[in-house]
Amino acid sequence: MSVAEFGLGGGNSGDGRTGAVAANSAQLGLWALLATVTMLFAGFTSAYLVRRAGSDWQSILSPSVLCFNTVLLLASSMTLEIAREAMHRHQSTAFKLWHSATTLLGLAFLIGQIVAWQQLAARGIYVPTSPHSSFFYMLTAVHGVHLLGGVFGLLYVLQRSWQAPAGPKHPFRLCATYWHFVRGIWVFLFLLLFVWK
Amino acid sequence: MAEVTSADAGHAPQSFIRRYVFSTDHKVVGIQYFLTAMFVAIVAGLLAMLMRLQLAWPAAQWPLLGKLFPGGMESGVMKPEFYLSLVTMHGTLMVFFVISFALIGGFGNYLIPLQIGARDMAFPFLNMLSCWVVVPATLIMLASFFLENGAAASGWTAYPPLSAVEQAIPGSGMGQTFWILGMALFIVSFTMGGLNYFTTILNLRAKGMSMMRLPMTVWSLLLATILGLLAFPPLTAAAVMLLFDRHGGSSFFLPAGLFFGNTLLPNAGGTPLLWQHLFWFLGHPEVYVLLLPALGIAFDVLAPSTRKPIFGYRMTVYSFLTIGSLSMIVWGHHMFVSGMSPYVGEFFSIGTMLITIPSAIVGVNLLASLWGGSFRFTTAMLFALGVLALFGAGGLGGIFLGTATSDIFLHDSYFVVGHFHFMIGGVTLFGLFAGTYYWFPKMFGRMLSEKLGKVHFWLTLIPFYIVFFGMHFLGLGGMPRRYYAFTEFQFLQEFQGVNVFITICVLGAVQFLFLFNFFWSLWKGPQAEKNPWKATTLEWEAPSPPPHGNWGASVPTVHRWAYEYSLLGDPQDYTPQTTPPGTGGVTQ
Repeated sequence: MSVAEFGLGGGNSGDGRTGAVAANSAQLGLWALLATVTMLFAGFTSAYLVRRAGSDWQSILSPSVLCFNTVLLLASSMTLEIAREAMHRHQSTAFKLWHSATTLLGLAFLIGQIVAWQQLAARGIYVPTSPHSSFFYMLTAVHGVHLLGGVFGLLYVLQRSWQAPAGPKHPFRLCATYWHFVRGIWVFLFLLLFVWK
Repeated sequence: MAEVTSADAGHAPQSFIRRYVFSTDHKVVGIQYFLTAMFVAIVAGLLAMLMRLQLAWPAAQWPLLGKLFPGGMESGVMKPEFYLSLVTMHGTLMVFFVISFALIGGFGNYLIPLQIGARDMAFPFLNMLSCWVVVPATLIMLASFFLENGAAASGWTAYPPLSAVEQAIPGSGMGQTFWILGMALFIVSFTMGGLNYFTTILNLRAKGMSMMRLPMTVWSLLLATILGLLAFPPLTAAAVMLLFDRHGGSSFFLPAGLFFGNTLLPNAGGTPLLWQHLFWFLGHPEVYVLLLPALGIAFDVLAPSTRKPIFGYRMTVYSFLTIGSLSMIVWGHHMFVSGMSPYVGEFFSIGTMLITIPSAIVGVNLLASLWGGSFRFTTAMLFALGVLALFGAGGLGGIFLGTATSDIFLHDSYFVVGHFHFMIGGVTLFGLFAGTYYWFPKMFGRMLSEKLGKVHFWLTLIPFYIVFFGMHFLGLGGMPRRYYAFTEFQFLQEFQGVNVFITICVLGAVQFLFLFNFFWSLWKGPQAEKNPWKATTLEWEAPSPPPHGNWGASVPTVHRWAYEYSLLGDPQDYTPQTTPPGTGGVTQ
C-alpha cells in the first residue's frame, strides 16, 4: 500500500463511487480498524505486564487444549491462502471447499476455547481465582468476540461466492486481511499468557 | 479520475424517513449529531446550574426542585450523593456527548466532504449507523438519573473503587453500569465515525486537492480522528476490566482490605492506579481531540474575516502533528500526586512543557493571522477571537498544572476546574459557536441574526471569563473540587461570596439567546446566498444548503490552496480554490 495509491500527493476523485476508489477506501478503512484493535490489545497487554510484575503473581498452567486450538487457527490461515490461490485460478469449487474449511476451522477454534475454559473450571480455576486467570478468561473472551466477527466475515464471503462466479475478490481480500490479523493476535496472546515469562 | 457520475446527484431518497431520519447523507447525519449535542447541552448545562446552586447556598431549601428530583433533593435539600452524580454526569455529558458530538460528529460530518470536494463520506451506511448508535448511548446516559439509586457518581474519570465496587456509594450500582454501557456505545459510534473521516479525507479528495491545500478544519479533524481512534481503545480495554471487576469478581483495580458497610471485600492485589493510567491515556489525547477542531475552525473563520491568508499554514499543520504525537505521552501529568516516582513525574513534566511549544506556535499563528487584516467583525469572527483569547489564558494556567512542583499544590483544586473549563470548556465552546455562526448559512440556507449573535457573544465572553478566571483564584486559595459542602471548613468560608457571585453570572441563561436565534433564524432568517462571507474554500461553491450529492453534475477541481485572499490585480479580494491558475490575480 503505497502513499501514492491513496493520493496523498494530489487528491483522488471526489466521487468515491468509482470501483477502484471504493476498493481503496475499504482497504484503508480496514487498516485503520486494525490499528484501533491493535491499540485495544496494547492496552490489555500493558495492564497485563504491569500486573505480572507484582510480587503476588501466580501463574496458572495452560489448559492442554490450547496448543491444539492454536494449531487449528494456524491451519485456518493456511487453508485461507489455498482458497485465495484457487480463486486466482478461477477454480470455483476448490475455492468454496477451502474457504469452507477455513470457516469450520475458525468455528472449531472457538469451540476449543470454550473447552479450554471448561478444563480450567474443572481444575477449580475461575475468573476471580488469580490475576492470571482473570486475564486469561478476559483476553480469550475479547479475542473470541473479534474472531467471531471474522467468522461472520468468512460466511458472508462464502455466501457471495455463489453469486459472483469470478470469485468475490474484493470482500475476500478484506476478510483475509482481518482473519490473518486476529490469528496473529491470538498467537501473540498465547505467547504472552503462557510462553514469555 | 474526475469523470462525471451524476447518478448520485439525481438520486436523492424521496421518502421522509430515508431522507431525514435514517439518512446516509453526510449533511443530514451532521445536523442530527448537531441537534443531539444541542439537546444534551441543555441538560448538561442545567446540571451545572444545580451544582452552582449548592455551591453558592449550601444546604438551602428549594421546594420546587425537591418536587422535580424527589430522590436527589428530598424536601428540597440536595443530598451529597446527588451532587456527586451531577458532577459526574455534567462532565461526562459535556465532554463526550456535547463537545465530541458537535465538533467531531456535527462539523466533521457536515464539513469534511464539502471541504474536500467529495459527494459523501467513504462509508455512508456506517455513518448512519454511527449516528444512530448515539441515540441509545444518549438515552442510556440520561436514563440513569431515573434509576433507584441515581446516576453514576464516580466522576467523569470513573475512578475505582467508587466505580468498581457496586455497594460503594449509591451511584456505584446500576448508575455506574449504565455509565459504562453508555460510554461503550459512544466509543463504538466514535470508532465508526472516525474510520469514516480518516478514509474519506485520505481517499476521497477532489482532483487537485492535495493534503497541503486542505482547509485547517479538515486537517484538525483528521488529526483529532487519528488521536481518537488510537486513544479510545485502551479505555475500552479498561472498561472491560472494570466490568470484570464489577461483575466477574476479578481484582484488576481493587486492592486488598477494602471495607464497605462492615464487610471486607474478597478482592486483593489490584490497584486503582492501573485504571488511572489507562483512563488518562485516553483522557489526555481526548483533550486534543476536542481542542484541535476548535482551533482549525478558528483559522477557517479568521481568513475571510480578515481578508488575508492565515499565517503559517505549514507550521500550523506540523504543530498539529507534533501536538498529536506528544499528547499520547503526557497523560501522567494528571497523576502527579498519585504517588508516582518523581523521576516518572519529571518525564511527564518535561513532555508537558514540550507540548506547549507547538501549542504556542499555533496560538501565535492565530494571532499573526490578524496582522494587517481588514477586519470584518462578524459574530463568527468575534467567537474565533474568543477561541484565541481563551487558548492563551487557559494555556498559561496549564503550565502551572503541567509542572509537577506547582501541581502538587494545585491538584484537585478549583484551579484545575477553571483551567479545563477555559480549554476543553471554553476554546471548544467558542470554536463551536464560531463554526455555527459561520456555517449556519451553508447548513440551513438562512442567515443567523448578527445583532443577537453579537449580544450573545459579549454576554458569553464576559461571564465566562469571570466565572472560570474566578475559579483559578478559588483554587489558589485552596478550595478543593468535588466537595459537596465546603463551608464545613473554616478556611474556605471566606470564599462564600465569590461562589455566590460565580453562581449569579447568568452564563447559562445567556445561552437561551443562542437557542432562540438558532430556531428563529431557521424559519425567519434572511435567505443566505451561496457564499455570504466571500470565502475561498470549496464548501462555498455548493448551493446553500447543498443538494444530495453536493456538487450537481460534476465534482469541482481544485487549483490552489485554501486561503487565497487579496491577490494583486484581482477585481475581487478573494480567489476560490476552484479558480484555474492564470486567472484571478497573482500572489502578493
